[in-house]
Amino acid sequence: MLFDIVSANSAPLPSEPWWRVFYDFSSLTQSINTSLNDAMSPFWTTVTEMLIIGVLFLLFYAVVGLFLVYAERKVCAFMQNRLGPNRVGPFGIFQTIADLVKLLFVELIPIKNADSFLFNLAPFIVIIAGFMALAAIPFAMGLHAIDLNIGVLYVIAVSAMGVIGVLLAGWSSNNKYSLIGAMRSGAQIVSYELSVGLSIITIVILAGSMQLSEIVEAQRAGWFIFRGHIPAFIAFIIFLISSTAETNRGPFDLAEAESELTAGYHTEYSGIKFAFFFLAEYMNMFIVASIAATVFLGGWMPFHVGNWVGFNIIMDFIPPFFWYIGKTFFVIFLMMWFKWTFPRLRIDQLLTLEWKFLLPINLVNVLIMAFIVLMGWHF
Amino acid sequence: MDKIQLGEFIKSIDPDLEIKDGKQFTEVLVPSSKLHSLATQLKEKEEAQFDYLFCLSGVDYGHDLGVVYHLRSTIFNHVVVLKTRTSERENPQLDSVSDLWKTADFHEREVYDLLGIKFTNHPDLRRLFLDNSWGFPLRKDYVDDINIVTK
Amino acid sequence: MEEKVKNITTDEQQEYVINMGPQHPSTHGVLRLVVSLKGEIVKNVQPHIGYIHRGIEKMCESITYPQIIHLTDRMDYLSAHINNEAVCLSVEKALEVDIPDRVKVIRTIMSELTRIQSHQLWWASFGMDLGGLTCFFYGLRDREKILDIFEETCGSRMIVSYNCPGGLMYDIHPNFQKRVKDFIKYFRKILPEYDQLLTGNVIFHERSKGIGKLSLKDAISYGITGPSGRASGFSCDVRKHEPYSAYDRIIFKEILFTEGDTYHRYVARIEEMWESMNIIEQLIDNIPDGPFAVKMKPIIKLPEGEYYQRVETARGELGVYIISDGNKNPYRVKFRSPNFVNLSVLNQIASGFKIADLVAIGGSLDLVIPDIDR
Repeated sequence: MLFDIVSANSAPLPSEPWWRVFYDFSSLTQSINTSLNDAMSPFWTTVTEMLIIGVLFLLFYAVVGLFLVYAERKVCAFMQNRLGPNRVGPFGIFQTIADLVKLLFVELIPIKNADSFLFNLAPFIVIIAGFMALAAIPFAMGLHAIDLNIGVLYVIAVSAMGVIGVLLAGWSSNNKYSLIGAMRSGAQIVSYELSVGLSIITIVILAGSMQLSEIVEAQRAGWFIFRGHIPAFIAFIIFLISSTAETNRGPFDLAEAESELTAGYHTEYSGIKFAFFFLAEYMNMFIVASIAATVFLGGWMPFHVGNWVGFNIIMDFIPPFFWYIGKTFFVIFLMMWFKWTFPRLRIDQLLTLEWKFLLPINLVNVLIMAFIVLMGWHF
Repeated sequence: MDKIQLGEFIKSIDPDLEIKDGKQFTEVLVPSSKLHSLATQLKEKEEAQFDYLFCLSGVDYGHDLGVVYHLRSTIFNHVVVLKTRTSERENPQLDSVSDLWKTADFHEREVYDLLGIKFTNHPDLRRLFLDNSWGFPLRKDYVDDINIVTK
Repeated sequence: MEEKVKNITTDEQQEYVINMGPQHPSTHGVLRLVVSLKGEIVKNVQPHIGYIHRGIEKMCESITYPQIIHLTDRMDYLSAHINNEAVCLSVEKALEVDIPDRVKVIRTIMSELTRIQSHQLWWASFGMDLGGLTCFFYGLRDREKILDIFEETCGSRMIVSYNCPGGLMYDIHPNFQKRVKDFIKYFRKILPEYDQLLTGNVIFHERSKGIGKLSLKDAISYGITGPSGRASGFSCDVRKHEPYSAYDRIIFKEILFTEGDTYHRYVARIEEMWESMNIIEQLIDNIPDGPFAVKMKPIIKLPEGEYYQRVETARGELGVYIISDGNKNPYRVKFRSPNFVNLSVLNQIASGFKIADLVAIGGSLDLVIPDIDR
């Protein structure tokens, strides 16, 4: 009954299910756009919208960053038979805020003989790379800053820009450990960028589009990880491995390898500049996880199982934004799981894994996927 | 070989050496000039094969300094103790055995650091624990007004 | 101009020297390694030690024998009990005191517990050296249980000072046997978990197999003892070769491998934990009755002479060489500490490997810095 009332009120199109209209953010964004246009000239409308989106992303960035730091500490504690933060606020949820306040008060130590311009620039490059990637990600139906027609390409390209910040940080610190860390990070990200790209291309072949909203839309009948047979699954695993490597995390954290290089490229950073790197790591993780969720796990699409009508209706009740966040955090949890379980690889093993295993597998995988799509064997 | 046989064996290498039957091990008093040749023979002779130098200690005997080498054979499991003394206190010198047992490298550096015995032919004789401004603390006449309280 | 270019491209100019330590996460203390690198490859490692040199050997010359116990604790703080045993045994040997069976058995059990807790901490930190941070907490969790047993019986957790010349400071706590048996039961179940977390891991195998090979010949020449030496096939277990305390009456096997790489140094220690549990199980139910110490003279004076006592600590052979001139203070005390000797091989086995391997090799040698510096 509830279903009927809701759908009657929102007056759905005959072909669209009720939730696709009810939970659609595009009407909201459209109305904001029209009212702004009424009030001012198109130029100022654009400027205002950019400002609003900028502020929203800044807030989102901070909240997600803080939450992920807390989540990682809790997950890590869970893996290690510990309690984790539990003093500041209920279950220690304000611990990261306390840490942040502490980081704000920590002295920014000026480094002698460091290239101070690049030294100060590096954290911002890392942060900006994360920000730019957020722009194209569809958080929910109709909720994205800009829907580029090459969205996938844009996100991969922009998120890889962070490595410049890492390289600059390592170079400008004038510290030998930092330099080794930066060089490792450069070699690592340049190599793993290939795998990330190729594993996504596997899905782009299946979806037939590079636009992120269309990729999500194409998964209406089922998530790509289920629809694409084994190649899609292999692509997902490879994406998971290589994106973990790309974010300098987990068993691939050679750039900051704590037991070898003390803290790698950010050894010399303190206070809020260090916090930038710290936050950027978590945001990068969030971005790659949301790409994984969008491309492989259906983005904000609810989980549907074939002909189970009742089940599917219940799933439809959950708003798309929560589906998106849920999937993203599932992938993030997987990445945390890696990190706290595996020992670290060595640099030559890391490159061997990419160039001798992941890349050939990926190339063959793309071929198989193209063949499957050509023959129409996918679901 | 047991203690007596070992004593006889060492006599057969060089009859001038003074063998002391210690409580635990056979002890040989070696003049510093003969040390390296005796050590080489003990290591390389088929019946001895002292291939494991398990302790090397410098001792201040008062009027002169000395070094005690504890040798063991991992094949026959017999032990011999070589004791040698330097001729003087001011510029004590001994032959290094680090070419025979690599473990002597660090041990001799330690002895040099703490007792000031110089080992000739040592590959890298630098002070180990202390810096160059220190005296040689394990010598009995070492004075440190701040850290050592004398009654 | 041409000459300048030539100069820059010589090997010397390409060497990249980094200081590992004295404050570095993976040197486990204040050890400083000056590492020459070529790219990522280690060309040369020079250990610089002495940051916590306390002159224990010099201090021993001005204190009495029972007081030495409290200094040997602080050498290899993870094998504190075994270090004390070495001094006690040599004093007892010099005075020709007959030690009651009860003391011998308790000393052996405590030594083996010490060995297990030391290996647990080693496992924890070795995992961390390789980047598996979770290992650290697993290792420490189980080590707590042994430290609790120590606390109950000795009053202290790490620096136990439980031995004294002539026996033990006090009798065991009434709960001791029960708690040790509980621990063995618990740890037999939990030790396979260590294997699941680290030993079976592919990345771990890749990181440790064939890394830092130490040949038998080098092991003997460098005098590498303990599990590190036995991984190379050097049969150097003092418990087997020169049994002291109650080791002559129990059955245990000496863990020997021939490969001598990081992986086998690792496995040797894991196997030693199993073996230690076997030893404790043989003894824990058979602690004989009797006094826990022999009455000694208030002032212990060793007869003139030289005494050498070897024991097997968790890291290798500890030798105590005492020269006595008949006074209540020793004339000279020399500690042949296993870590000092084990450190000397680092350059030999780490050269030619990557910098990440240097950390792994250093971890597998299980260095405790206070024991190196003394």
